[in-house]
Amino acid sequence: MSALHFHGVSARRGQRLVLDGISARVPSGHLTAVIGPNGAGKSTLLDITSGLKRPVQGSVELDGKDLHRLGRRELAKLRAYLPQRAGVDWPITVERVVALGLTPALPAFGTIPSALLPAIDDALLACDLLGLRDRPATQLSGGELARAMLARAIVGDPALLIVDEPTAGLDPRHAIDAVQRLKARTTAGCTVVMAIHDLDLALAFADSILAIRDGRLLAHGPTHEVVTESLLTSLYDVPVRLSRDGDGISVRFLKSGVSS
Amino acid sequence: MLVSCLLASAFASVLAGSVWLTPREAFQALAFDHADLAGQIVTQIRLPRVVLSMAIGGILGLSGAVMQGLLRNPLADPGLLGVSAGASLGAVIAIYFGFAASFTLAAPLFGLTGAFVTTGIAFILARGGGTLSLILAGAAVSSIASAGVSLALNLSPNPYAAYEIMTWLMGSLADRSWDHVRLATPFILAGGTMLLLTGRALDALALGEAQAESLGIAVSRTRMLALIGTALGVGGATAVSGTIGFVGLIAPHLVRPLVAHRPGKVLIPAMLVGAVLVTLADIASRTLVFRGMPLNLGVFISLIGAPFFLWLVLHVRRRTA
Repeated sequence: MSALHFHGVSARRGQRLVLDGISARVPSGHLTAVIGPNGAGKSTLLDITSGLKRPVQGSVELDGKDLHRLGRRELAKLRAYLPQRAGVDWPITVERVVALGLTPALPAFGTIPSALLPAIDDALLACDLLGLRDRPATQLSGGELARAMLARAIVGDPALLIVDEPTAGLDPRHAIDAVQRLKARTTAGCTVVMAIHDLDLALAFADSILAIRDGRLLAHGPTHEVVTESLLTSLYDVPVRLSRDGDGISVRFLKSGVSS
Repeated sequence: MLVSCLLASAFASVLAGSVWLTPREAFQALAFDHADLAGQIVTQIRLPRVVLSMAIGGILGLSGAVMQGLLRNPLADPGLLGVSAGASLGAVIAIYFGFAASFTLAAPLFGLTGAFVTTGIAFILARGGGTLSLILAGAAVSSIASAGVSLALNLSPNPYAAYEIMTWLMGSLADRSWDHVRLATPFILAGGTMLLLTGRALDALALGEAQAESLGIAVSRTRMLALIGTALGVGGATAVSGTIGFVGLIAPHLVRPLVAHRPGKVLIPAMLVGAVLVTLADIASRTLVFRGMPLNLGVFISLIGAPFFLWLVLHVRRRTA
């Protein structure tokens, strides 16, 4: 089980300080939603969590190991990262795209060892892609492509999965489907961190929340404890009403409160 | 299959030319007697040309495949980073100032230097930036080098020098000797090795730079390998043959469907097809004669390559539209 620890993480983009001393603990096997307005530092936090960007201060630990001290390959086996609007540039078949997720486990030369082949089938199955395995990835619809990219990310069975905006550009059904699949990974023991703008989905599925604004952590903890009207209002600068009914919580932004 | 195509075209290339040889004569010349006319033709004229056409075509095809994979753009080619333009400028300087007249290898040596200098400048300009800044820096350096070539043509002291520059720019393998082979092949082999090492990374780069990086691929190292490999290999090739366009652009596309479009797997087939293309084109340039003038290799390839390029642009547009 792999808990994620942020110890006073600060980061710069150019001269600007985009993350300022983020300290938090993300429990293992949780689906954690990173929420906040545009430019809050969500993507930067994910870049740092994935080890692709180094913090100027602080560290991120996965199971007590400093992520930024791990070797490139070791890290690649441990965590998977899906950037925003991930795609494929060549008409490669879905099966081969998914197989690319095994890159860190491959020997220096030669093809995929037969021991790894079942993992590809498992990932295709988990993402409902068995019927599309021979389809060129460039011919997939938005929802299918999102599933293919997720299959690519989970094929190596990472302990940590980081996803930037899994619902961007998806219709409601596919957006729900995408988040549900991420949630399903946590039951397999995977720690999942996603940045997400769709608060209804975040509240419905995320186990815990990291709320950031202007590079600072406003709140973090279990979703139902942390998310309040006052938190969301100060997070987005828009009055918010949370309404609870039999279908769960929904978030309403009150347009009248926006000063132009 | 590609290998046998290559061998067949190489063999045909030994036979074809202004003096046609029978296979029997060629074998005899290779095996026993180097002194008679056929032997001289084969060992001193045809063979170095065959070796050069295969090496040059191979490195152009390979480098084109690497560039397209690295930049994730089907229209990329080896000249994109200023290598070809730099080599041209170097060779043109050698011709313009008369160094080429005093010793034969001056043009290729200056060409090599030019290629390395331009790529070096492009690389320094793009340092720290990503792939896009590399393309822009390459384009900028390329146009400066081309401007230098035009300047040399404009100011050339006599028509003869201008003619020589023009001929060189058109690309040719005529009158190349074993000296040229010895000069170019070490660079082509070194560059080719570096380019072949990028295969795995190019496969992962199909997912974009961020995902490739997350899969443990050192993207900046891959970029370095591709760039230095192209500078060495294509620089060495262009320095000897002059500018040969389109091979690097076309060869990868001809074989891409054969390897299910995987950018890393396309490297070796693209290399072989590049070698076949240039070898065949070299045969054509020797045997097709218009009004007593042989067609230059670079011109012949451009004549065939340009319509293909047009087709490719339309095809890519249809695919992305």
